[in-house]
Amino acid sequence: MATANTTRSFLQAVATEEVATPLRHVQMEGLVILKIIKHCKDHSPSLVTGQLLGLDVGSTLEVTNCFPFPMREEDEEIEADGANYQLEMMRCLREVNVDNNTVGWYQSTLLGSYQTVELIETFMNYQENIRRCVCIIYDPSRADQGVLALKALKLSDSFMELYRSNNFTGEKLREKNLSWVDIFEEIPIKVSNSALISAFMTELEPETPVTQCDYDRLQLSTSSLMERNMEFLIECMDDLSVEQQKLQFHYRSLSRQQAQQQAWLQKRRSENATRRAAGEEPLPEEDPANPIFKPLPEPSRLESFLITNQISNYCNQINGVAGQSFNRLYLMKALHDE
Amino acid sequence: MAASNHTVLQFSSSNTLSAKIHPLVIFNICDCYVRRPDQAERVIGTLLGSVLPDGTVDIRNSYAVPHNESGDQVALEIEYHHTMLLSHQKVNPKEVIVGWYSTGLGVTGGSALIHEFYSREVSNPIHLTVDTGFADGEGTIKAFVSNNLSLGDQQISAHFQEIPLDLRMVEAERIGFDNLKSTYVDKIPSDLEGMEASMTHLLALIDDTYKYVDDVVEGRVIPDNNIGKCISDAVGSLPKIPSSAFDKLVNDSLQDHSLMLYLSSITRTQLSLAEKLNTAAQIL
Repeated sequence: MATANTTRSFLQAVATEEVATPLRHVQMEGLVILKIIKHCKDHSPSLVTGQLLGLDVGSTLEVTNCFPFPMREEDEEIEADGANYQLEMMRCLREVNVDNNTVGWYQSTLLGSYQTVELIETFMNYQENIRRCVCIIYDPSRADQGVLALKALKLSDSFMELYRSNNFTGEKLREKNLSWVDIFEEIPIKVSNSALISAFMTELEPETPVTQCDYDRLQLSTSSLMERNMEFLIECMDDLSVEQQKLQFHYRSLSRQQAQQQAWLQKRRSENATRRAAGEEPLPEEDPANPIFKPLPEPSRLESFLITNQISNYCNQINGVAGQSFNRLYLMKALHDE
Repeated sequence: MAASNHTVLQFSSSNTLSAKIHPLVIFNICDCYVRRPDQAERVIGTLLGSVLPDGTVDIRNSYAVPHNESGDQVALEIEYHHTMLLSHQKVNPKEVIVGWYSTGLGVTGGSALIHEFYSREVSNPIHLTVDTGFADGEGTIKAFVSNNLSLGDQQISAHFQEIPLDLRMVEAERIGFDNLKSTYVDKIPSDLEGMEASMTHLLALIDDTYKYVDDVVEGRVIPDNNIGKCISDAVGSLPKIPSSAFDKLVNDSLQDHSLMLYLSSITRTQLSLAEKLNTAAQIL
């Protein structure tokens, strides 16, 4: 057995690697987290993006470095400049032995409002070049609550397939059994640090048992955060109802069309009956030239799926914040009782 | 006339400044050191940041610059340094060169040359040394500024003077030292887990205070007036509200939050209902 393994040729080894194992974890270096946080916080509240570099090892995606993108401009010339910047940066980082393999990108978000068509488009672009890529989302607005709001996302395979065929009709969705929950997959994040950094951090850790994080977490006033969360939620609800109306409108016009078709068919049939009685050839029962037989395009469900995702995200956040607040209030009460 | 014949040993004066360091810089330096080329003994790089209004140098970012060291000669890849600088400035134009770093304990021979190069880029650069080898077992991080030592008009040497360095890292606290200290963390703590940790901290602190006060009362510990003042300040900062008013406040707040919870769960129910209806709707 052992000899069989050792005599395995390189080609064979490469061939066996081809079997894609599903992505289970994203392993981030502390350095990357700090870099992302710094970049996002420096530019907050405007939203920023950057590139993630790392290695793809089995079921784990290691993110070992990253670099920020300059603020996006609409100008085309500057866009070309941005591509140059990216190449230059990659070249420079390679020279100091940083992993030179793109594994995805990161972006900042405001209260988790990241589920947009743009995100999906960017993801599809990346996916074309890299077999396995991931999007890291960081929310600087929640850092004030002492929460490390870091998320690793990818699109689910079934969704990507559907997106490529660009077919978001009710029928297709039923066929695939795809619901809004299945668009994004969240991948658990692990943090790793080199032994050197770990040593330095142990050395430098301040003596105080209380950190900034604790102060932030025990802050009693969360109403502003709640208010903004609610505002976003209400906006999303409005959007959703607009989408619903579109769908309803579609169904109404569809049923009207079907009624018209029925009427036309009835008329044609009775006409045919009289013709047959008169001994003439019956007319065909279909008329493709007639406008009432033109199929109506069904509105895409993508938008409403994304909005639904957003809403559920806001709900989660509200739950989280409310849970924290409950904790704080009971703590406050206990303190007061003492 | 007599004065011109005298040669005076001069120390160029510099204001006493201090530096503040962002944890990212240390992480970056360590990462570069781990990834240094095969034969290299140390890594050298540029420090970016800004000078705060009070004169403190805020070191916020860094990048490594490849270099060659043979004997006494140090060759820095200046072109690389400039491209990297341009790239960084595109992202954050506010960050300028404030100095340079090198790994190793303290200032070494070649440092003066590199320092001179950086002096041309920015006036009075800072030289940061990070002892990645743990030569004295402590991992010392030090910052220096250089003073020119000149004899008359002739410059004879550079004198590196250590400046105070602020190593308190508020940014790192935000992520939590637990995440950064160990080499492997299985998952990022969620909202409530973080809350739990904070409460444990708070409880430990309260216990400590109790123990101290008890010890003082029992006479086991010599009382310290300063600590006493701090404790009385802390107790005094609790607002004195009549308990009925306090209960009302707490209950109102609790109700508000319950309402929010209710609203969010009703929204979720609505969503799943709407989804079922939307995708199941079939025109017959």
